[in-house]
Amino acid sequence: MAFLEFSSISKSYPGVRALTEVGFSVRNGSVHGLMGENGAGKSTLIRILSGDAAADSGDILIDGERQRFASTRDAFRAGVVVVHQELQLVPELSVAENLKLGRFPARGGIVDFAALFADVGKTLQSIGIDVDPRAKVSILSIGERQMIEVAKAVMTDARVIALDEPTSSLSSRESEILFRLIDRLRDEGKVILYVSHRLDEIFRLCDSCSVLRDGRLAAHHETMQDLTRDRLVSEMVGREIADIWGWRPRPVGSTRLRVDGVSGRHLPVPASFEAKAGEILGFFGLVGAGRSELMRLVYGADPLQGGTVSVDGVALPHPDPRQAIRAGLVLCPEDRKADGIVQGQSVEANIAISSRRHHSPFGLLTPRREAETADRFIETLKIRTPSRRQDIVNLSGGNQQKVILARWLSEPDVKVLVVDEPTRGIDVGAKSEIYDILYSLAEKGMAIVVVSSELPEIMGIADRILVMRERRIAAEFTRPDFSEQALLAAALPDRATPAAANIQKAS
Amino acid sequence: MTLTLKRVLLGEQGLLILFILAFAVVAGTVPNFLTERNILGLLQSVVTIGIVACTMMFCLASRDFDLSVGSIVAFTGMVAVMVSNGTGSIPLGLLAALAAGSVVGLVNGVIIAKLHINALITTLATMQIVRGLALIASDGRAVGINDSGFYSLSLSRFLGVPTPVWVMGVLFVIFAFILNRTVFGRNTLAIGGNPEASRLAGVDVDWGRIWIFAAQGLVCAIAGILLAARITSGQPNAATGLELSVISACVLGGVSLVGGRASMSGVIVGVLILGIAENVMNLLNIQAFYQYVVRGLILLLAVLLDNLRSRALGRR
Repeated sequence: MAFLEFSSISKSYPGVRALTEVGFSVRNGSVHGLMGENGAGKSTLIRILSGDAAADSGDILIDGERQRFASTRDAFRAGVVVVHQELQLVPELSVAENLKLGRFPARGGIVDFAALFADVGKTLQSIGIDVDPRAKVSILSIGERQMIEVAKAVMTDARVIALDEPTSSLSSRESEILFRLIDRLRDEGKVILYVSHRLDEIFRLCDSCSVLRDGRLAAHHETMQDLTRDRLVSEMVGREIADIWGWRPRPVGSTRLRVDGVSGRHLPVPASFEAKAGEILGFFGLVGAGRSELMRLVYGADPLQGGTVSVDGVALPHPDPRQAIRAGLVLCPEDRKADGIVQGQSVEANIAISSRRHHSPFGLLTPRREAETADRFIETLKIRTPSRRQDIVNLSGGNQQKVILARWLSEPDVKVLVVDEPTRGIDVGAKSEIYDILYSLAEKGMAIVVVSSELPEIMGIADRILVMRERRIAAEFTRPDFSEQALLAAALPDRATPAAANIQKAS
Repeated sequence: MTLTLKRVLLGEQGLLILFILAFAVVAGTVPNFLTERNILGLLQSVVTIGIVACTMMFCLASRDFDLSVGSIVAFTGMVAVMVSNGTGSIPLGLLAALAAGSVVGLVNGVIIAKLHINALITTLATMQIVRGLALIASDGRAVGINDSGFYSLSLSRFLGVPTPVWVMGVLFVIFAFILNRTVFGRNTLAIGGNPEASRLAGVDVDWGRIWIFAAQGLVCAIAGILLAARITSGQPNAATGLELSVISACVLGGVSLVGGRASMSGVIVGVLILGIAENVMNLLNIQAFYQYVVRGLILLLAVLLDNLRSRALGRR
């Protein structure tokens, strides 16, 4: 008896096919695991379930009934609650107020706090959450807040509860409390969709599971029996890599970038690595593994707490972006919109923002020189824009990325180029153009550091890959010894074997 | 038809066209408006606002805010008068005023950029501190100018045009040049457009902001000196509410309050619109109380226009 059913759901975004005819169903009173790599389509499916996005085609059925969710409100009314990674609680209000927000017991507009606290206290007790309803949310641990968020779902009589990577910021003890709560909800007959790529959680919790890959349903398992960790991993990654990468061997020279024991606020464990002239060094890891944090430290975007960064053997004296640029170390940031482009300024100005200091005597601009530079890069990098005067916000993601690349290539002597998620949100055609640019820069002797969450991409273009896990560099692989299984295994945070996990669940 | 009208009004030159239309209507209907005497008087009356608007434009363009300008104008005027009275040297008095203004601006900038205190709060505080200093220094009274040479700063003319108007014109040219043709000007717009991206692109965001505030202080001192010369004394209560008029003029001139967009020609038009509105109301003998209402309405209309234009440009 299927209670929640996805029927042939497809969804496209401009330039990407996010989901293709995904269909599976989940029984009443069961926990269903939804797995897949970053970008496999899990989030899109959850967004459609929560009414936050509409499917292009296909249906969601609850209890056999076709649902039409025009908004998250509609989904909520139909009994679907999604617990997102980012929590939606008001920190300065009490637990009880958060749980009853918008539905306070009140008389003549005056909140009856006694009734509120008593009511919420009873509910929390009944679902086994040991938190004072009077406590302010801001003093709770992240785990407790996660629990309150789940409690919110329970209190609204949800029939379907989807949890999107709920343990990503929880300690193992906190996770265990959450798991017990999920077990209770299952016993009450709810449908629980549990999104995670932590395999032992999936084995600990789930009764059945589905694997998404490239927006398609790669596997569906009605039962977890006889399933192994290895099999799930290969289902998550098992694709043929078409050669859109065009990797070719090139000579590798001496060390250009040397990072020695670098640590910072978001990267407590010191990290060290090197990149050589002509080398493309890949950084792989799951979201939150600390790759971007490390690159921001190397570039001086965030303050260093320890360690040194040297370019061509010369240590940067005081790491900040200006010093890094002057030493020939540049970064194309992960979040193009927030950290890369200057909105409201032209393509030309976005290219010239840094390199103009070389040809602006006494701070006076040389507009003709800037125009020439812009036109040259628009041509060589194939930046598609009506003119160099176009506001950069009107360009597509791929072309914005090329403008950022042009910004650095117009610097006279770049030695190390760090690109963080260079092709995120970029269509396939522009992707391979960007790879080509990276190859030709490496051939000219630059050291290139590429950060990516896309396993095929990093395997396709890197000469050497460092894998980060839980904010430290965990493993190193050198071409041709790349394997998807090995890389993913090194990146996954939980090292428990499936056998152990199964025993844990049985006990 | 309506579409093209909309495009004209919301386009780059929309404000200028509105201004020319309004000017033509006023010139044709208000008696005594289009006389040399009245136009020079009008320009004379916007000198303080016009001068301070030059740097306020930079401040707003970089997403900052400066409420302390009125106080700095009063304080530096006071310093100029007191120092030149005390030393008997006008140049010394002027230098002291310029230095005092720059120091206040620099302090604003360092607190805002280096200590990361909100610009609104910081300048709200310095606005009161500096006004207080002006009152303390003068014991709350106006201080008359001893040396009549000081007046000539305001009374003298060159080619028939009063010196202060020339000063304002020269500053317009200088700051238009800085905004459009220097790295500093472009960096100012970049900081306003996206401060974090600018920092990561190697722009020295902190010092850019500090220099803008320092320049603001210096320019306020120039305005303060000219104002003191015109009213023949240092007045501790001079230029109250100036900050709001100046910000109004900038916003009227299309400077975006969320940063990243500014033009000198727009600001000049904004300043003139405020000046003309006041001038016309004076000529028509409208009671001063109504003038506040009209100024407020003009500001609201300007913000509305800015909002429509931003939406037409498709951002924010």
